[in-house]
Amino acid sequence: MADRSSLARRAFVVLGPWLGLLAAWLLFAATAGATFVALDNQRLMLLQTAVVGVAAVGATLVIASGGIDLSVGSSIALATVVLGLVLRAGGSPAAAAGLAVATSGACGLLVGAFVTGRIVLAVGLAGAALAATLTAPAFGGGAAGALGALLLLAGALGSARTRARLPLSPFIVTLGLWGALRGAAKGLADNHPVYADEVGWLGTLMRAAPSGAFAWLPPGVWLLLVAALAMAFVLRATRFGRHALAIGSNEATARLCGIDLERTRLLVYAAAGACAGLAGVLQFGYLGMGDPTTAQGLELRVIAAVVIGGASLSGGEGSVVGTLAGALLMTVIDNGCAKLGVDNWVQEIVTGAIIVAAVALDRLRAR
Amino acid sequence: MTAAPALRVEALSVRYPGARTFALEDVDFTVAPGEVHALVGQNGAGKSTLLHVLGGVVTPVRGTVAAGGVPFRPRGPADARRAGIALIHQELALAPHLSVEANVLLGAEPARFGLLDRRRARAAARAALSTLGRADLPLGVRVGDLGPSERQLVEIARAVASGASVLLLDEPTSSLSRAEIEPLFALLRAMRDQGKALVYIGHALDEVRAIASRCTVLRDGRVAAAGDLADFSDVRLVAAMVGREVEAFYPRSARAPGEVVVEVEDLARPPLAGVGLTLRRGEVLGIAGLVGAGRTELLRALFGLDAVRGGRVRVGALVGPASPAARWRQGVGFVSEDRKGEGLAVRASVADNVTWPRLPGWGPFAPRGRADRAATALIARLGIRCEGPAQPVASLSGGNQQKVALARLLHAGCDVLLLDEPTRGIDVGSKAEIYALLDELTTGRDVRPPAAVLVVSSYLPELLAVCDKVAVMRRGRLGPAQPVAELDEAALLRAAM
Repeated sequence: MADRSSLARRAFVVLGPWLGLLAAWLLFAATAGATFVALDNQRLMLLQTAVVGVAAVGATLVIASGGIDLSVGSSIALATVVLGLVLRAGGSPAAAAGLAVATSGACGLLVGAFVTGRIVLAVGLAGAALAATLTAPAFGGGAAGALGALLLLAGALGSARTRARLPLSPFIVTLGLWGALRGAAKGLADNHPVYADEVGWLGTLMRAAPSGAFAWLPPGVWLLLVAALAMAFVLRATRFGRHALAIGSNEATARLCGIDLERTRLLVYAAAGACAGLAGVLQFGYLGMGDPTTAQGLELRVIAAVVIGGASLSGGEGSVVGTLAGALLMTVIDNGCAKLGVDNWVQEIVTGAIIVAAVALDRLRAR
Repeated sequence: MTAAPALRVEALSVRYPGARTFALEDVDFTVAPGEVHALVGQNGAGKSTLLHVLGGVVTPVRGTVAAGGVPFRPRGPADARRAGIALIHQELALAPHLSVEANVLLGAEPARFGLLDRRRARAAARAALSTLGRADLPLGVRVGDLGPSERQLVEIARAVASGASVLLLDEPTSSLSRAEIEPLFALLRAMRDQGKALVYIGHALDEVRAIASRCTVLRDGRVAAAGDLADFSDVRLVAAMVGREVEAFYPRSARAPGEVVVEVEDLARPPLAGVGLTLRRGEVLGIAGLVGAGRTELLRALFGLDAVRGGRVRVGALVGPASPAARWRQGVGFVSEDRKGEGLAVRASVADNVTWPRLPGWGPFAPRGRADRAATALIARLGIRCEGPAQPVASLSGGNQQKVALARLLHAGCDVLLLDEPTRGIDVGSKAEIYALLDELTTGRDVRPPAAVLVVSSYLPELLAVCDKVAVMRRGRLGPAQPVAELDEAALLRAAM
C-alpha cells in the first residue's frame, strides 16, 4: 500500500545519519590518507565511541519518551568511582561492575521519581544516597549500606501511601543532579582518583584480546552492539517501548489511552541510568581507575548523538541505529581532525557545526 | 453600468507539483461586492486550494483571477494583501504574546524610518475596531489572554485595517461557542452592508444558510453546483457535495434498549453537582447544554480522566472510580473534544493512535507489524482516506482524523462509547459515515451485543436526529433524559439557558 516515493523518503530518513557518516569518513579518508583509513584506526574509532555510544543508547529511550537527562556524565563518573572503591575494598570485578550499574540505575530511578513527582520516594532515595556517602568514609561500607537501605525503604513505603504529586521538569532535575552526582563522586573518592590493585577482566574490556572474537573487536565494542540491539528491540517490539514513545509523542493522548505514565517514566529513567552505569564500567576499563572528574561534558555529546541520529527533542521518535551513527560521526570528526593535525579548537568548532548541520538536514528531510 | 465583481475566478486549474490529478479543475467563481458567498464541499474538494490561490500562496496552472476588475497575479501573500484580499484563517494567525494593537497592524505597522509610529498605530487599530463595533476592546491586552471570539475579532480587524475589500473566512465558527456565533454573524452582515465581499467556508449548513445568500459547491476539484442558496435544499446541497443521493443522512434502525450498562447517582466534581443518569445497551443518550455547563467534565469523570469527589458511578460490573486503563479494559472508550491536542497524537501514525490502549502482541512484546495489520483492517472498515497505517495523523483531514479516534474504540472492543463532540468541525461526508457507524453499533447486527453511546454535542439537529433520549446539562446539573420524540430545538435551548 505504501507509495513508492514515500518508501524512498522513509529509507532516506533512516539512512540519513549514516550517509552523513559516510560523507565525513570519505572526507577524512581523502585528506588524512592512510593513517585514517588503516584498519587499526577503524577499531580505535569504534573503541572511542563505546562509552558515549552505550550512554547514548539509554539517552535515546529518554529523549524518545519526551524527557532529557543532563546528568549522564556525572553518573558515569560516579559509577567509575563506585567501581574503583568496591575493587579496592576487595570485591570481585563482577560485583564491582554490578554495583556500579546498580548505583547509576538508582540515580536514574531518582530522576524518574522527581520527574513523576513522587517526592517522597525521591527524597527517600536521595537521603539514602547522601547518608551512605557521608557515613561510608567514617563508618565503613556495611553501616553506610544499612543506613542507606533503611532510608530507601522508608521512602518507598512513604511513597506508596501518599497520592500527592509534584512533578518537576526533567531538564531541571537532571541539571541539579549534574552537579550533585559529581559532588557525590568527588566526596566518595575523597577528591582523588580511585586506584585498585586488582582490576581483573575489567582491564580487558577496552583492549583487543590476543585471540578469539575479542581480538577483532574489544569486548567493550561488542557490549555497545548488544546494548544497541537490545534497546532497538525494546523500542520497536515491546509494550514498554511503545508506551515510552507514546508518552513522548503526546502525553495527554497517552494518558487518555490508559498508558501508565508514572510507571513507564520511572522505568525509562532507571533503564537509562543502567546504560550510563554500563558506560561507566567501560570508562573504568578504559582509564584503569575510578575518576570523579571524568566524562565532563559527555552528556552533551550523548544528546548530540541522539539528535543527529534523527530523534526529536520533543519526543515521539528515536532510532538507536541513528544514534549509533551520530556517535560514530562525532568520533570520526575528532579522530580525523587529530590525524590531520588540526588544533583542538578547530575540532570543537567543526563538531559544533556538524551538530547544527545534522539537525537542519533532519528538519529538511522531515518535510 | 454594473460594478466590477469583487472577485472573479475563471477556468481556474491548479495542479500541485508531482501530483497526477488536478486539485482544482476549471473552476468558475464570482462574488459581487456586498455579497456573502458560501463555499462548501467535503474535505479534499479543493476549498483550501482555492483559498491558497486567492491568498497568493499557490500559482494556478490555468485560468484567471481578477480582484475588483483588476487581474490578480500574485507572487506571494503580500500581493494578495495589496489587492485587498484578506484571509481569516481557521487556526487563527495571531501572535499570542503580542498586544491587540500589534496584531491588528502586524506586517503593516506604521513606521518612520524604521521606528514605530505609536500614535498612528493606535489610531489605525482603534479605527479598525470601531468599524467592527468593538472600539471598547483594549489595545494593550495580550491576544493570548483573549477568548476565541475576541481573538477572531482581532484577526478580522487586521483585515479591515489593511483595507481589504474581499474577506475569505475559513470555518470561522469552528472554535466559537453557540452564543458567540450570532455576534460574529452580525459583524459579518455589517461588513457586507459596507460593500465588502465575503467568502464563507463552513460545514454546518444551518450556519451557512443564516449568513450567506449565494453558494458554490466544490467536489473533487470541480464546481458541482452554484447559485442562490434559497434554491438549494439541504438534501440537494449534500447530494452535490457527496455526488450521490444521501437519503438517510441520519440513519435510524430499529433499536431495542437492553440492560443498563452505566448508572450514575449524585455525581459530584466541580462544576458538576448531583448528576445522575442511566445508559442502556442499544441506546444513544445525548447530552445538550451550553459551553461550560459541565458536559465534558461529566464524560471525563466517567472515563476516569478526572477525579470524582462524590457520588456513585457504576459502569458494567465495576462500581466506583476507575482509571482510563481500567475503562479501556472494561470495553468503555472515550473520544475527546480536543481532537488535535488530546484526542490524537498528531505526530504519531494511524496505527499508533488506533492501537495504544490495546497493543496487539504477546506479554511484554508488541511487534509493530501486528499493530499495522490491525489498523489496516479498521482503515478499510471505516473508510479512512490515508496512505496507510504508518502515515502521521497530522496529514489527514479532520473527518479522517475523527475516524481514527473512533477506530481506536473499535480496536479496543468498546461497547460503551463516550463521545465528546464527535462530529465537530468535520466535513459532511464524514459526518454521514460516523452517524451510520453509530447506528450500526447500537443496533447490534452481528453476533456483537448492541453498544451503548453517550454523546455530547452542541449541534442540536444532530442530537435530535441521532439520539434516542436527550438530557440537558445546565450549570453542572443534569436534567432528566427525555425521549427525542417529545423534544425540539427550542425546548432544548430553553432548558440549557
